[in-house]
Amino acid sequence: MKINRQNKILAGLAVTAIILIGRLFVIQILDDSYKIDASNNSMVYSTIYPTRGIIYDRNGKILVGNKVAYDILVTPKEVSGFDTLSLSAALGVTPEFIKGKMDEYYRDRRKIGYRSVVMLKQLPPETYMRFAELAYKFPGFRGQPRSIRQYPYNAGGNLLGYVSEVDSRYIKAHNDEYKAGDYAGMTGIEATCEQYLKGEKGYKIYLRDSRNRIESSYRDGEMDKEAIPGKDIVTTIDAELQNYGQALMQNKVGSLVAIEPSTGEILALISSPGIDVDVLADIGRHYSQIASDPLKPMFNRAVQASYPPGSVFKLVNALIGLQEGVVTPQSEFPCHLGYRYGNRKMACHNHRSPLDMEESIMMSCNAYYCYVFRSLLEDSGKGSVSQALAVWDEYVSSFGFGHRLGSDFPSELGGDIPTPALYDRMYGKGRWKATNIISLSIGQGEIGCTPLHLANLCAIMANRGYYYIPHIIKESEGVPIDPKYRERQYTMVDTSYFHTVVNGMYRAVNSGYGSGATASIAAVDGLDICGKTGTAQNPHGDDNSVFICFAPKDDPKIAVAAYIEHGSFGARWAAPIASLLVEKYLNREIGSPRKPLEERMMEGVLLDTVNDK
Amino acid sequence: MNSYRENSFLKSIDWSLVVTYLLLVLIGWVNIYASVHSSEPASIFDFSCRSGKQFVWIVSALGIAGVILFVINPRAWESLSPLIYAATVLLLVAVIFLGVEVKGSRSWFEFGPIRFQPAEISKISTSLLLATVMSQIGYRLNSVRNFILTAMIILIPMAVIVAQSETGSALVYVGFVFMLYREGLSGWILFIIGMAILLFVLTLTASPYVSMLVLTGIATLCCALESGKIKKWARAVLPAIALLAFVPFLIKWTAGLSKDPGAIISTVRPMYFFAAAAVIGIFFYAYRAYRDRSLFKWGAIASFITGILFVLSVDFLFNDVLQDHQRKRIEVLLGLKDDPSGVGYNVNQSMIAIGSGGFSGKGFLHGTQTTYGFVPEQSTDFIFCTIGEEWGFIGSAFVILLYTFMIWRILHDAERSREAFTRIYGYCVACCIFMHLLINIGMTMGLVPVIGIPLPLLSYGGSSLWAFTAMIFIFIALDRNEKRYL
Repeated sequence: MKINRQNKILAGLAVTAIILIGRLFVIQILDDSYKIDASNNSMVYSTIYPTRGIIYDRNGKILVGNKVAYDILVTPKEVSGFDTLSLSAALGVTPEFIKGKMDEYYRDRRKIGYRSVVMLKQLPPETYMRFAELAYKFPGFRGQPRSIRQYPYNAGGNLLGYVSEVDSRYIKAHNDEYKAGDYAGMTGIEATCEQYLKGEKGYKIYLRDSRNRIESSYRDGEMDKEAIPGKDIVTTIDAELQNYGQALMQNKVGSLVAIEPSTGEILALISSPGIDVDVLADIGRHYSQIASDPLKPMFNRAVQASYPPGSVFKLVNALIGLQEGVVTPQSEFPCHLGYRYGNRKMACHNHRSPLDMEESIMMSCNAYYCYVFRSLLEDSGKGSVSQALAVWDEYVSSFGFGHRLGSDFPSELGGDIPTPALYDRMYGKGRWKATNIISLSIGQGEIGCTPLHLANLCAIMANRGYYYIPHIIKESEGVPIDPKYRERQYTMVDTSYFHTVVNGMYRAVNSGYGSGATASIAAVDGLDICGKTGTAQNPHGDDNSVFICFAPKDDPKIAVAAYIEHGSFGARWAAPIASLLVEKYLNREIGSPRKPLEERMMEGVLLDTVNDK
Repeated sequence: MNSYRENSFLKSIDWSLVVTYLLLVLIGWVNIYASVHSSEPASIFDFSCRSGKQFVWIVSALGIAGVILFVINPRAWESLSPLIYAATVLLLVAVIFLGVEVKGSRSWFEFGPIRFQPAEISKISTSLLLATVMSQIGYRLNSVRNFILTAMIILIPMAVIVAQSETGSALVYVGFVFMLYREGLSGWILFIIGMAILLFVLTLTASPYVSMLVLTGIATLCCALESGKIKKWARAVLPAIALLAFVPFLIKWTAGLSKDPGAIISTVRPMYFFAAAAVIGIFFYAYRAYRDRSLFKWGAIASFITGILFVLSVDFLFNDVLQDHQRKRIEVLLGLKDDPSGVGYNVNQSMIAIGSGGFSGKGFLHGTQTTYGFVPEQSTDFIFCTIGEEWGFIGSAFVILLYTFMIWRILHDAERSREAFTRIYGYCVACCIFMHLLINIGMTMGLVPVIGIPLPLLSYGGSSLWAFTAMIFIFIALDRNEKRYL
């Protein structure tokens, strides 16, 4: 064949044909990626959202259930002229809202394309039914059922936590386990038990055209996957108690925690002010309001606030003193309105002197613990004060302080106990002595703990020397709990030393008015409540009112810590509230003599930083 | 006697072309039916849907074919061609003012239910006039006057069509270059067009620097080939170019050793090295050109400089001359931007549809991509997707081969003809079909930017089908006429 122009042209034709057929060969036979895309494309996977697991309390009552709500979806491409007024009436929104939305869709029309977008979320069924009757008038609008949370008890938003749509950060943090549009528990129990509660999404497969119009069900639904509902969760919470605690804590800032000492199960966990369960279901709409509240309702004080424990901490110092042998139950120390060291003085209130250990707890003498603490730190057997403090730290730590207890509640805070290194930094190495840090004797100074720590301390007192890690999830079928929750955590103090201290706590409550006991107000006939008050200094105003107590003395069923910010003396707010909770739990109702007290507690408003009630 | 003449009349028709034509039309019709087929199928003859309408177009197209074959004297085309051409250009201009706007371009006339695009006829009229002018005795393409005349015949309708914003249709006219090549146009024109496309793509995908190096390489290689010094070229020029290719890396490497790499990278540009080398090279080649009195080398130097200027202006051309949607289409094609739901949507969907067909296809009416309407324009510009999805590799390759056969057959008949008019017209027809084939099928497979032109004979639409029918059957008639000489 000659190489002339016509043949070159023919060769060009052949090459073109070969290129086209070659390309055809590549995309139809060699490259699989186009086939995979094709099945995605023609089949639409309509997600079926599972119902979330139900959260029960310890007695089988529903804390968090589900109810149906409807999202209104719009496919802007399918919308034709409609009556804005009647649609807005049906949906219960203003015509301006719908107009605004439609304008927005028009602006984003390129981005939206043939997709559907959510116009309204979580309409109650009544509203949806009204819309559904008229839906034929509004092409392009449709409802999509979705289960949302329902809260039969006011168990407190911080405890239960809320569920909300996942954002891109959340999706990334969970290795793309979630997809946009999914909901997940963000705080509280919802977050702790997310893996059980969420269930598994299912899908229905439809064939669709490029306008997203469903044409038919794929293989008559044979390949569809049912959604698997989330597992139910049984919590250790007592719904009634939690509810009651919420009522007691209303209009107060602080926290109330109750633990069953024999198991470490948290019976109630209240942080006040909290998120109302009414807004919990639709937190998105209220989020900015909640976030900007100066009282920080999202802040779970029970596990996240680090407070000085105050005089409650004397129990720990007493026990360490006994274990270390620097005091005995019979040791008496004088107190005349305080403890003098150098030219300074740790003030105390007016009580008789001298006191032995039981009385020091009963009357909460500051001076007594200055003696104890100083003897601990200046114990010649320990070498330097610094080394003695390190030993003291170890003891305190064994009571659960200074680190996270390891509860199953999310975002638990560890609190602080001061190390020798801290004081070395503050004062210079070797330039501080026991008197510099004497406030630690009465639970002030560089020590911080959460109300959960205090409740745990109370459980230790109730158990005479050990605790179970506080937890909130009960083991149930399919929901195992960490075996660590079944292990006793012993303190470094022998059980035998607890007798004296517990007696002191008993006397603090049950000695009767006029005896000098600090917590007579907490006494309930027949319940043998043992307690210890605390009054922790709060630099922002009135002192914090603190009280821990357990009952009954010899077979403790409940240990409670109450921490009321700006509540003044421990006996003023914390002791009544904690004891009412104990009474409610053990007697299931408040006896008539204490009804006025209950009423006063519930009505009290302590939202100001200074109060003189 | 009479029956004998009749017999030879029919025998002299190139039936293989007619059969190929009928096959393509039939395939088009069936696939239009498939592409509009939804879950509630209608009859293929249902006149409310496109397959029914296409049936009407086909029947009328066959009527046109019959008239061209049996009624019109083939000799008439030559004498009528200036008139037809003038009328078409008038129509093309008129449509800008009188036409209806369809998808942003004014290129359609509308008479009740019938739409008609003058640009379709213009391909025929231009071909006819080209054939008429170029077959004149004494016509020489290489004479300046004739060349300009020929160029004008092609460029006038092209320009008007561009003014209608139908750039795609105008691009088809570029195909006439192959016909011109056959008729004696210098092969360098084709080469330069190819180079321009290559440099344009390279500049956008790689960098102007790479593009310039390639240009240098090809220009010097051409010089070397011309003077038979290919070994010298491989020893001297090629290593120099390779060295220049490493300059950017060298700069980055040395910059990395210094304290402030950014400053060095921004001041020492590889382009400076290239410019220095290019200046030296140009002087060297200019000296050689002067010494050898080689027009070719002067030409090469001029082309090289033009090429460099072209590369430097690519950015400007791309960003400021091209319209937004055209730029986006090119970006998507070259993979500069990924946009599967926007501009890339059509191509992506069409490739998915074709790709999902596999070897033997999903079967007639069983395509999910095309029957469920993922592919836009699937009965017109993207008809090939339906074929690709439902008939697979076998079916699509068969269609491509049918076209190739048709083009080959036309070229074959054209070459065989004794009259230059028939030959040139035949080449024009082949070029038009070829360009449509390349652009349309290339587009559906992501080889060519999205340019909305129909697939000849297959795509839905009356005016396109009529135009190609007339075009092909005029050639068949001309070809039959040639047989008189036999």
